[in-house]
Amino acid sequence: MQAHALEHEHGHGAPSGLMRWVTTTNHKDIGTLYLWFAAVMFLLAGSMAMAIRAELFQPGLQLVSPDFFNQLTTLHGLIMVFGVIMPAMTGFANWQVPLMIGAPDMAFPRMNNWSFWILPAAAILLVISLFLPGGAAAAGWTLYPPLFIQGGISYDLTIFAIHILGASSIMGSLNIITTILNMRAPGMTLMKMPLFVWTWLITAFLLIAVMPVLAGAVTMLLTDRNFDTHFFNAAGGGDPVLFQHVFWFFGHPEVYILILPAFGIVSQIIPTFARKPLFGYASMVYATASIAILSFLVWAHHMFTVGMPAVGQLYFMYATMLIAVPTGVKVFNWVATMWRGSLTFETPMLFAIAFVALFTIGGFTGLVLAMAPVDIQLHDTYYVVAHFHYVLVSGALFAIYAGVYYWLPKWTGHMYNETLGKWHFWLSMISFNVLFFPQHFLGLAGMPRRIPDYAVQFTEFNMISSIGGFVFGASQILMLIVVLQCIRGGRKAEAKPWEGAQGLEWTVPSPAPYHTFETPPVVK
Amino acid sequence: MSTSVAQANRVLLRRLSLLALAMFGFGFALVPLYDVLCDITGLNRGDIQALARNTQVDYSRPVRVDLVASVPQGVPMRLTAPSRPVTAHPGELVQTEFVLENLSDRPLIAQAIPSYDPPLMAKYFKKIECFCFREQRLAPGERRTMPLMFVLDQAMPAGLPTIAMAYTMYESPSAPKR
Ligand code: HEM
Ligand SMILES: [Cu+2]
Repeated sequence: MQAHALEHEHGHGAPSGLMRWVTTTNHKDIGTLYLWFAAVMFLLAGSMAMAIRAELFQPGLQLVSPDFFNQLTTLHGLIMVFGVIMPAMTGFANWQVPLMIGAPDMAFPRMNNWSFWILPAAAILLVISLFLPGGAAAAGWTLYPPLFIQGGISYDLTIFAIHILGASSIMGSLNIITTILNMRAPGMTLMKMPLFVWTWLITAFLLIAVMPVLAGAVTMLLTDRNFDTHFFNAAGGGDPVLFQHVFWFFGHPEVYILILPAFGIVSQIIPTFARKPLFGYASMVYATASIAILSFLVWAHHMFTVGMPAVGQLYFMYATMLIAVPTGVKVFNWVATMWRGSLTFETPMLFAIAFVALFTIGGFTGLVLAMAPVDIQLHDTYYVVAHFHYVLVSGALFAIYAGVYYWLPKWTGHMYNETLGKWHFWLSMISFNVLFFPQHFLGLAGMPRRIPDYAVQFTEFNMISSIGGFVFGASQILMLIVVLQCIRGGRKAEAKPWEGAQGLEWTVPSPAPYHTFETPPVVK
Repeated sequence: MSTSVAQANRVLLRRLSLLALAMFGFGFALVPLYDVLCDITGLNRGDIQALARNTQVDYSRPVRVDLVASVPQGVPMRLTAPSRPVTAHPGELVQTEFVLENLSDRPLIAQAIPSYDPPLMAKYFKKIECFCFREQRLAPGERRTMPLMFVLDQAMPAGLPTIAMAYTMYESPSAPKR
């Protein structure tokens, strides 16, 4: 997305070609790298999902062996979470945070380069694990022992990959927090920061708090596997349920790590296309902070079936439901921002509105799952799969799409093809629902997740779901075309291509020059 | 970037890295912490787990089960039953142990055969795990503790406050003769 940048390289003697990207410390270059990395990983994990849906098109075993099926679901989950959503959000942070707070670059440009360039190493580890004897890890993205302790060498590679991915996000977060806290332009007080910057500040703190805990958990798995410790090995007095506690202590904050930056993106876009300031800015900030704090107190709602005492179930049930309150505040504010606004429906706005509607459906199914007695029926069924795809695909991913369309003119200097963008939106939105809505019914009827075969009465809904899946998969190629076209050329974008847009990033020309805000702007 | 900002950045970086390091330690500290937390709050003590309570047990009907063990004349083994009768409620999983000893200096193969009193209990005495399921091969002088797990069927007739089960330990005919 950066062909333009070379013209702006005013005599720094930066290397060109491939070496430029390997050695770059420029926040815009690194943001671009993160976004392309996420795109490539998305195609990889997406093709795994296509294989999963193809196998589930009919009952019985057709295309893949059950063990390979488990490898597919495991890698699909791990890569989508750690290789797609998180790097994409970090890409946005790299591009936008300095532009939005009026900083010349990130606080630690060299560390920034490292945070990105260790990511491909982790991806390569995961990919080669597929070709080792026994295949890739097949114990699910949640890495539960005892299965995870029993697997072959690729399980160790998976652990290393997670260590690297964790190190990358921790370094990224150190950079983001320092940039936001120390490098804002004069006059940019905390409560004047765009909401995207706020959500990333809070997300980065969450990352620093929980990624090390995940690193600890997988380290314990590693020593259990190789050095005869017995943290989780029941035969040696360990407790496999302990792993679930430690994992979800990371895991629940992690789901908010995935969604908070999405909240931020949507909170930038809706005011722009409603041509009204964001309703309840301060309450948005407080809601984000309270979601982050509460997210540490609810982890065992993923574990209602492990044999918790009733008091524990009651506590985790009510605490989980409490999170719906700040989440509800956010949804209310987005809707109130649109209320009586002069709305227009360009592609970023379409994705943002779909986000509000569909994410809310995912929130509601979350509330259903939060009820302990109900969850005991629904745990590990397709209902859970439907729930988290509504919050992650129509939530986090749609927000990423919205953000890409929104800022693409700023990044490339060209307008994207609005007609194709709208096609991409409608195809994605409809096929997404065809893909995942029936999975609610399958889950309610008792179809278990992570199984390559199913009882014949589930056939119709699975066929519908698979057809939706294939259309959804194909529609994403359209987005790739739109982005590539937009990089190549198109109508020239103005500095502020969206009439209602607010914020410092729109004060610099489009495409944004290689170096911006070397003298800080003054915010009134 | 002015030097004062660079300086402030380094200080913040150090603090945040310490936080990350502390959280790495915290991950490991969670291992003992969970146990401590359960102890203090009394959560998760196996005996009071509400969900672990089996609803299929008829607690209104205690049944005394006398367990008896014997060995025929001339077989150099000793089978010892639990010293006290066990009390079982229909539907409840009961676990107990017998002890078998080889009193000779040769290997022995033994097989236990049960009998019930009243005999109709044979139908309602559901064994989950029993040393009588397979032959016991004993080395010379070996002593072995063997489990018995059973459930009295809910459908067992009422009016049987006491029942008995006797095991006789035979030397298996397939035993190698010397
Ligand atoms: C109103 C807010 C939410 C509530 C009440 C909620 C509740 C729950 C509950 C109770 C489960 C466990 C279901 C089970 O395994 O039986 C669950 C699973 C899950 N949730 Fe949510 N959730 C909410 C929002 C979110 C968000 C925002 C995300 C991510 C962006 C998310 C991602 C997930 C994922 C990935 C799982 C499945 C984990 C797995 O077992 O693989 N949830 N949710
Ligand atoms: Cu959760």
